[in-house]
Amino acid sequence: MQTIQQQWFGNIRGDILSGIVVALALIPEAIAFSIIAGVDPMVGLYASFSIAVIIAFVGGRPGMISAATGAMALVMVNLVADYGLNYLLAATILTGIIQILLGVFKIAKLMRFIPNSVMIGFVNSLAILIFMAQVPHVLGEGFITYVFVAVTLIIVYTVPRFIKGIPAPLIAIIILTAITFIFGIELKTVGDLGTITQSLPSFFLPDVPFTLETLQIILPYSLALAVVGLLESLLTSQIVDDMTDTKSDKNREARGQGIANFITGFFGGMAGCAMIGQSMINVKSGGRGRLSTLVAGVFLIFLIIVLGDIVVDIPMPVLVGIMVMVAIGSFDWSSFKYAVTAPRADAIVMIITIVIVLYTNNLAIGVVTGVILSALFFVASISKVKITEQDGTYIVEGPLFFASTQNFIQTIEQATSNNIIIDLSSSHLWDESSVGAVVKVVSKLEEQGKTVSVVGLNPASELLYQKLLGITTSL
Amino acid sequence: MYQHILLAADGSENSIRATVEAIKLAKCSPTSIIEVVVVTDFDKSKQDILHTQSSESLLLKRKRKISNVEQLLKNEQINYKITFLKGAPGPEIVRYANELKVDLLVIGSRGLNSLQEMVLGNVSHKVIKRVDCPALIVK
Repeated sequence: MQTIQQQWFGNIRGDILSGIVVALALIPEAIAFSIIAGVDPMVGLYASFSIAVIIAFVGGRPGMISAATGAMALVMVNLVADYGLNYLLAATILTGIIQILLGVFKIAKLMRFIPNSVMIGFVNSLAILIFMAQVPHVLGEGFITYVFVAVTLIIVYTVPRFIKGIPAPLIAIIILTAITFIFGIELKTVGDLGTITQSLPSFFLPDVPFTLETLQIILPYSLALAVVGLLESLLTSQIVDDMTDTKSDKNREARGQGIANFITGFFGGMAGCAMIGQSMINVKSGGRGRLSTLVAGVFLIFLIIVLGDIVVDIPMPVLVGIMVMVAIGSFDWSSFKYAVTAPRADAIVMIITIVIVLYTNNLAIGVVTGVILSALFFVASISKVKITEQDGTYIVEGPLFFASTQNFIQTIEQATSNNIIIDLSSSHLWDESSVGAVVKVVSKLEEQGKTVSVVGLNPASELLYQKLLGITTSL
Repeated sequence: MYQHILLAADGSENSIRATVEAIKLAKCSPTSIIEVVVVTDFDKSKQDILHTQSSESLLLKRKRKISNVEQLLKNEQINYKITFLKGAPGPEIVRYANELKVDLLVIGSRGLNSLQEMVLGNVSHKVIKRVDCPALIVK
């Protein structure tokens, strides 16, 4: 891994330029994600500033961008609707504490247990939810709204081919906001959904009663936020690792996410995490070091303080168009091929993860269900031992453990020949159940007056076999 | 002759033909080395990470893509090494070739994705324009 100095100042020019690009690209997203969560745009903007700046110092993956995200916004919708902003801020602080603890207890190791199918299900359901959250802002808003959404989409998909330096969403915002002014077009704007304050965030305690009841309200949300935030952050860090051919400290990143959320909650910001799209923009724009993340956060708040007046005039349909682009970009389009070509169990896990997220509106529940389901599928598939018989010799292929012994016992019990050899050279005894199964089968067949021999145990299995039978003589 | 030959490859039909020509040139001198350079586009990272369980299996998957090129080099007993790079294929190949001051760049005239080439233009054409060393485009 690089030295601290390299992480900060190894790429000053590239980091400053890419940080500015990311700040410009972050503004529309931070506002739109605030609107998804049902809070003032400032909550998302403050969060993006605060999280980006803190993560620049405490994160484990230099060059990765963290801020207010759609995944987190979607988890907090109900909390905000039922209890309001102060409970969200309290939940954000608690999320931070949970993530710090998970980081301390080396959560990153557990990430390897999350199968691809669940990850793919996660990003796809996230994309679908972001897309669906836009529908209410468009339906029944009139013809001109549809036109603005369409024009925004045309701009964000064609302009990058000609203008590479400035993020296309920002160009769409500038052009279309100007058009509404010039032609006096009446559209719903960001200002109709919240206010923009042109000031730096300040420290305050969330106004909630410090009771057990409050904890009961926020804990489920905080747990879900902690899981979703770490999942997306660790996935993003893997992607940035790959793009830059460098390594990162995943546990430090988990702790860093926690510290960032913990502090952000005290400064009026909503919980956030790493962003795949923005991190990719950063790397592609030349960002590699911690400086890029810091510049992104600082420049973002600078823009808001200077341009806050204009931000409220951004037409909602333009933001909707940008969010549709984000949704399309987040979706893993190779999933359709995956659903057909991947092993049946994996495809089912992916689809079920998506269905459960869409049904419960909760990314965390979908992910947890997906992980459990795939673990069950894994046990089911590994518990199938293949047994072939040839002249009284039974060749067992596959591991023997508590889940696979049933099948083993049933097949071999039915042996008819008088001389039976059980060949375990392609198998492995894993636990007490497997040793018990071998003993059981052998004694049962011997009761019937047959001779049985067990051959081909590998050394580890042999050792376990003797140990569990209480035989202490060495091999 | 050419000591350090850079061969841009992506496992396509065209890069196989490029490999054959690179081998002919490398055989002129026993000390020649062919460096096979494989560029993975930034945009592929997300999909690759989502669809492989670990970075080790991803490396294997990327190596498999050019196994046909590697096999050819092995059969002909050429000194070779493989380098994986990330970024936009064209500019990345140019940067690498210029930085290492290689003696010759060999590249196929067209890559795997012909649809992308229709939209973005020909990678090899762009590379040839900007690279400092002699270059060979193989049809």
